Amino acid sequence: MTWCEQFGWFETYDRLEQTWIGVAIRESLWLFPGIEAVHLLGLAMIGGSVLVVDLRLLGVGLTRLTTSQVLMTARPWFIGALILMFLTGVPLFLSEAVKCCFNDSFEVKMVALATGIVFTFAVRNRVAARNDAPAWVAKVVALVSLAVWFTVAAAGRWIGFSG
Amino acid sequence: MNDTGPYNPSLIHDFALWIDSHAWSTALHESLWVYPLVESTHVLTLMLFVGMLAMVDLRMLGLAFRHTPVSEMTSRILPWSVAGFVIMVLTGVLLFYAIPVRTAHSIWFRVKVILLIVAAINAWWFHRRVSRDRERWDSQPKPPLNVRLTAAMSLATWSGVIIAGRMIAYNWFDCDRPQSAFVTWAAGCAVELQAEAG
Repeated sequence: MTWCEQFGWFETYDRLEQTWIGVAIRESLWLFPGIEAVHLLGLAMIGGSVLVVDLRLLGVGLTRLTTSQVLMTARPWFIGALILMFLTGVPLFLSEAVKCCFNDSFEVKMVALATGIVFTFAVRNRVAARNDAPAWVAKVVALVSLAVWFTVAAAGRWIGFSG
Repeated sequence: MNDTGPYNPSLIHDFALWIDSHAWSTALHESLWVYPLVESTHVLTLMLFVGMLAMVDLRMLGLAFRHTPVSEMTSRILPWSVAGFVIMVLTGVLLFYAIPVRTAHSIWFRVKVILLIVAAINAWWFHRRVSRDRERWDSQPKPPLNVRLTAAMSLATWSGVIIAGRMIAYNWFDCDRPQSAFVTWAAGCAVELQAEAG
């Protein structure tokens, strides 16, 4: 049972689905697939900008650069990709909010996403910004980051399979 | 049989039919878990394959890692992308294997294959010609125009591959629906419908 069902959020989700954006996407043949495709381009960008930093924290990839150097150049692309994901993800949600109310994967994704954003900016980026973190700390942080973002992506894909 | 020059739709159709006759093809298509897992792996590997490739391309465009030599990116980052590409090909072949006839007659799949060929030619061109004088621009924050053009071409074609790939799932242009003369020709529908009717 999803939180949406358990806590009675259905009516809110239903109202969100009736917003003009949600209606416009549902009534169009092309909008949903088009927005979804751009969402996938954002997935590739998020993947690259997360991986390049986490691999460096793990001690592979761009090892001639410090972790903070890799972070500095990857961060704007990560933030840009995140914005693109929101701009496409929110409309996708609005178009099928009611389905998401009964979808476990959607809630897993939202929890993982919130965790990922907080963890990335509050913990991982701080560890990467200071180059003197112990190697084991950097590695644990990188593995957590990879696991969380992988969960966001995998649960996101699974929304389409379930419900 | 109509002669359509070098493009022989019945050859593609027969190949797809031959795969379709394999018991494993049906088993994979109907599998409750394996097919979605293969499909998800194919999609999620985008993060590794295109994500890492994009980092190299952005470097060549002078938009990221400007003070890192391009050769450092191609030796330290590109191998990760290549690993992702191998997973992409393996899972992609399995996806085609599971649903051969519809995929072979999907206009989106055909667009995707053409874009894959363009991407391959672009990569070949880069390694063969553009990188010949790499010493000269390897450490330049913003490499010369021909280098930036190949990088832009790479990003554009792979984006096209992603978009066309996503669209394969939609049935607007499937042969079992009424289609324009162009789609009927480009997707090789005539041959499929003929085969079904005959």
